[in-house]
Amino acid sequence: MNHTNIYQLRRGRRLQWEPVQGCHVILYPEGMVKLSASAGAILEQVDGQQNVSDIIHTLCQHYPQAEPSELVRDVEVFLAEAYDNGWLHLREEKHHVR
Amino acid sequence: MSADHASVVPSVTPPLWLLAELTYRCPLQCSYCSNPIDFHRYHQELDTQAWCDVLRQGRGLGAAQLGFSGGEPLIRKDLEVLVEEARSLGFYTNLITSGVGLDVKRVNALSAAGLDHIQISLQAADPDLASALAGSKKAHANKLAMARAVKDAGYPMVLNVVIHRQNIDQIGDIIALCDQLGADEVELANCQYYGWAFLNRRQLMPTRDQLKRAEDETRRWRERLQARGRDMTLHFVVPDYYEKQPKPCMGGWGSIFMTVAPDGAVLPCHSARELPMSFPTVNDLTLHDIWYQSDAFNRFRGTAWMPQRCQQCDQHSVDFAGCRCQAYLLTGDMTDTDPVCEFSPHHAALESMVEDAQVIRVLESGAIPRNVHMARQQTSTKDSE
Ligand code: SF4
Ligand code: SF4
Repeated sequence: MNHTNIYQLRRGRRLQWEPVQGCHVILYPEGMVKLSASAGAILEQVDGQQNVSDIIHTLCQHYPQAEPSELVRDVEVFLAEAYDNGWLHLREEKHHVR
Repeated sequence: MSADHASVVPSVTPPLWLLAELTYRCPLQCSYCSNPIDFHRYHQELDTQAWCDVLRQGRGLGAAQLGFSGGEPLIRKDLEVLVEEARSLGFYTNLITSGVGLDVKRVNALSAAGLDHIQISLQAADPDLASALAGSKKAHANKLAMARAVKDAGYPMVLNVVIHRQNIDQIGDIIALCDQLGADEVELANCQYYGWAFLNRRQLMPTRDQLKRAEDETRRWRERLQARGRDMTLHFVVPDYYEKQPKPCMGGWGSIFMTVAPDGAVLPCHSARELPMSFPTVNDLTLHDIWYQSDAFNRFRGTAWMPQRCQQCDQHSVDFAGCRCQAYLLTGDMTDTDPVCEFSPHHAALESMVEDAQVIRVLESGAIPRNVHMARQQTSTKDSE
């Protein structure tokens, strides 16, 4: 994965903390997926501003006890998956609906 | 909430979905409408404040997805206010509309209020057939214009077409129209037989041949679209009368879904009103008490209520013995196995109903339009039976 990539949630996808469920969820038309704690923490940093290496850096600061190489792998794997699921688009891409 | 109640149903989890049926009023008269046949009896609608309260309570319980439907939800002048309230509470807001009553100004107002998603329904590709099916001449052209307006406002264009005997042979034209409109997603939803659709099932049920041809045509269209690099998703939803295992209706009774009807009745699904039981309303009880403690919501939770056949079957955690409304409509017993199941003693009768569709060539009589006049007539014949 290119660490200069900047990702952003696609229009119609929303990340949100659900107090009743006790987890982050991603919401989309007529559906939602519950996220694990680490997936929620990563996606929270996906703001259309930070690139992948910024996100890794931020998370390293938030979770100093985490093994950096594992954290890098977790971020890469999750972002790739989120992109494949159609939750994210690459910011450089021309924005298109859907 | 008393502890003894909580221990009766320890496994109840919070609802995730709230469907707000804002009104049963509708300018169209679709014969496949799933609204209750006696919808005219529930004309006393919750007002804006009461709906806002319902939204707050539902969100507090944990629901995150919200659908606004009806009837035609656009008839409610306060729709924008309700969308704004829902959005500020953190709901993901979906509007399910026929597009009638929509104009560019309203699309923009809804978008400004924070509406997340709009789904517009079409009846057919051909304007004459569309107006015959919906009982309105102007509706079709307006729908097409609104589908475009929705897309111009930055939403994906998501179209829903209810497929049945009278439009299924035109499925290719329907897909072509959606393609031409620039749709992003098209749901070709075969009619499910509840409410008015159940009443009109003889006119609506396609033959197995028709269904097969429609499925093949949809497949060919998918290939064509893909070859052109056109990103339009086609969902073909098979009617479950033609299946051998029932669908897990609403993900299980009282498990993730609640509907609030226009008059404030709270239902585990939008057609449950057809069942011979009574449902609590938000005028009398809180949504919390209704979800966790009401007899109605607890009635078909778990497996104890199921017939032996389903209790002993390893599929009961997958399909929850099927749909209660379908069991009731087809067997007269709402606690029976859904007759879609091949192990139901009523399955053969359902299959022969499907086979009968084969022999009903032309419509011997037209479908009954869904309107207040016919509702009165239907319910008075029912009452006098
Ligand atoms: S199915 Fe047709 S008649 Fe029924 S609510 Fe929808 S648009 Fe109105
Ligand atoms: S017997 Fe009951 S549980 Fe088993 S498949 Fe049929 S409906 Fe489902």
